[in-house]
Amino acid sequence: MVVKIPKKCDPFTALAFSASAVIVAFILFPLIEMTVQPSLADLVETIKDPDVIRSIWLSIYTSGSAALISFVLGTPFAYLLARHEFTGKKIVESIIDLPIMIPHPVVGIAILSIAGRNHWLGQIFNAIGLRIMGSVTGIIVVLTFVGLPFYVNTAKAGFEAIPARLEKVSRSLGASNTDTFFRVTFPLAWRSMVVGIIMCTARAVSEFGAVVIVAYHPMIAPVMIYERFTAYGLKYSQPVAVWLIIVCLFLFLLLRIFSVPKKGAT
Amino acid sequence: MIRLENLTVALPGFSLQAVSLTVKKGEFFTLLGPTGSGKTLVLESIAGLLPTTSGNIILNGIDITRVAPENRGIGIVYQDTALFPHLTVKENITFGLRYHKKTNRDRGKNLSDLIDQLNLEPLLNRSVENLSGGERQRVAIARALAVDPAVLLLDEPLSALDPGFREEIRGILKRLHTATGITVLMVTHDFAEAHFLAQQAAVIHQGKIEQVGDVEEVFTKPATPFVAGFVGIKNIFPAIFHQDQAWVDDLCVTLSAPINGSGKYIAIRPENIQISPEKFPTDSPNAASGVISGIMNHGFYSEIALKQANVQFQVMLQSSTLFHMKLSNGDRAFIQFDPCAVHTM
Repeated sequence: MVVKIPKKCDPFTALAFSASAVIVAFILFPLIEMTVQPSLADLVETIKDPDVIRSIWLSIYTSGSAALISFVLGTPFAYLLARHEFTGKKIVESIIDLPIMIPHPVVGIAILSIAGRNHWLGQIFNAIGLRIMGSVTGIIVVLTFVGLPFYVNTAKAGFEAIPARLEKVSRSLGASNTDTFFRVTFPLAWRSMVVGIIMCTARAVSEFGAVVIVAYHPMIAPVMIYERFTAYGLKYSQPVAVWLIIVCLFLFLLLRIFSVPKKGAT
Repeated sequence: MIRLENLTVALPGFSLQAVSLTVKKGEFFTLLGPTGSGKTLVLESIAGLLPTTSGNIILNGIDITRVAPENRGIGIVYQDTALFPHLTVKENITFGLRYHKKTNRDRGKNLSDLIDQLNLEPLLNRSVENLSGGERQRVAIARALAVDPAVLLLDEPLSALDPGFREEIRGILKRLHTATGITVLMVTHDFAEAHFLAQQAAVIHQGKIEQVGDVEEVFTKPATPFVAGFVGIKNIFPAIFHQDQAWVDDLCVTLSAPINGSGKYIAIRPENIQISPEKFPTDSPNAASGVISGIMNHGFYSEIALKQANVQFQVMLQSSTLFHMKLSNGDRAFIQFDPCAVHTM
C-alpha cells in the first residue's frame, strides 16, 4: 500500500492523517504484541492440549451454526425489509438492531429467563429434551441472538443495492417470484450474503459475556481464555488467544478470497 | 388491444386518478407527460408490477387486473434498460424464453430475425457492462420482444441516450413496429418523439389524463392550458369571449369564427406571431405593440418576450431574421397574428 501524502499539507489533511495513524496503531499494536510475546514452544505446547483444540473447535462450530441459522432465517427477512414498505417497518428495523445495543450479560440473562423451568417456553424445551443452560444448544442460541443483526443488515444492504427494476423486468419476461430470486437477485447479492455471514460469524466468535452466563461449560475459546487468565495469568492465556486469532483469520481470509469478484466480472 | 378502465393507484403522496385509455391492436400509442406525472406508474400497473387500488386492465378482452406479471405476456423496456449485469448479451436476450412454450424452430427463427433487425450479432457474447447506451437499449428491446409479448411497454426508451443514439433507436422502434405490428405503449416527455413514432397520444398531468386523441390533434388542438403548454404553445391567456372577439385584459383579439360553447383561454403558438420594428398596416387584424423584455438565443432560432401593457407575449423567429431587424432588449416593437392562429379552449 502506497500512501501519497500531499506536498502542501493543510491542517485538515494533517489532522486526518494523524488521526488515521493513531487509530491503526491503536488497533494493531496490542494485537501484534500479544501475538509475538508467547514463544513458539508455548504455542506448540498449547495446540497439543486437547482442551484447547476442543474449545477452539466448539467456538468455530457454534459460531458457524449461528451464521447458518442467520443465513437461513435472515435471508428472506432481509429481502422483505429491502423490498417492501409497510407500517411499522422502522420499528421492525430497530428491533433487529436491539441485540447490538444490549449489554452482553443482559442478553444471557434474557435468554435464561425464557429458558428456565419457571417459564412456559422453558417447560416446552424441557419436555422435548432441549436444554439451553450449560449446553451447546444454549451457546448457539446466544450466538445467533447476537450475530443475527449483522447478517440481516448486511444482506439487506446487498438486496437494496440491486435495482428493483431488474426483478420487475424478470417478472415481465415470465419468471415467477422464486425464479426471479434465484436467477437475478441471488447471483447479484450472494457476495453481500457471504460478507454478512463473515460479519455474523466474527461477532459470534468474539462473544463472551452472554455465553458465560448461559453456558460456562462446555467451554468456548473466549471462556477458556478468560478462565486461564483469571486462574493462571496473562502468560498462560496468551497462546490460546493467539491460536483463536490465527484460526479465525484463516477462515475469514478463505471466505473473503472465495467472494472476491473475478477480474472482468461484476 | 389493451384497455384501462378507471385505473386508480394510490401511493403515499401521489395517485393515478381514474385513468382510462384504449390502445388498439397494432397501434403505437404514446402517453405524454412531464417528469412526475405518473407515466411510469401507468406502465408498471399494466405490467402488473404495481398493485392497483381500483379499476380494470383489459387485455384482448380478458381482465388481467389481478393476474401475476409473469402470466400477462406484457413486455417492458425501461429508460435505464435494466439489463441483468451478471449475464451476457445473449443470456439477457434469451432470459425469458424458457417460460414461453413454442417450438424450438419458431423460437430460433424469431430470435435470429430479432438479432438481425437490431444488429446484435457482434455483441452476443459480450458482457452488458461495457456496452454503449444505444447498444444497451437495443439489447433491452430484443430481450422484451424475444418472448413475443402481446403488448410492449416502453418507458422513455430514448431519454437517457446521446442524441446520435436517440435517432438510431427511434428509427429502430419505428421499423420494428412496422415490421412486427406489435401493440406499443410508450411513455415520454418529448413531444417530438411522440410525433415521429405514434399515431395516438394521451397527455397525463398529476396522475390525470388531460387529453386523448390523434397525435396531430393533440398538437394542434390542445384541450387544456396544460396540454397547450406541453405541446409548446407559450402564449396561453385567460380571456373573456364575446362573439368572435376575446378580451385578454384590455387587449381585444379577433378570432377566426365566433366561439361556440364556453371557452376560457386563448392560445397562440410563438412561431405564429410576427414581430417587426415597424408598425403593421392599420387593417391588419390582431396588431399590437409593446416593449421587448427579453431575448433568448437558441442558436438557429430565438425567442423574444414582448410586454404589451399587462400581457406578455412569446415570439419565436429565426435568429438571422432577428439579427437583420436589429431589435434588442428594451426596444419598442410591433406584433401581429392571424385570427386563424388563435386557438380557444
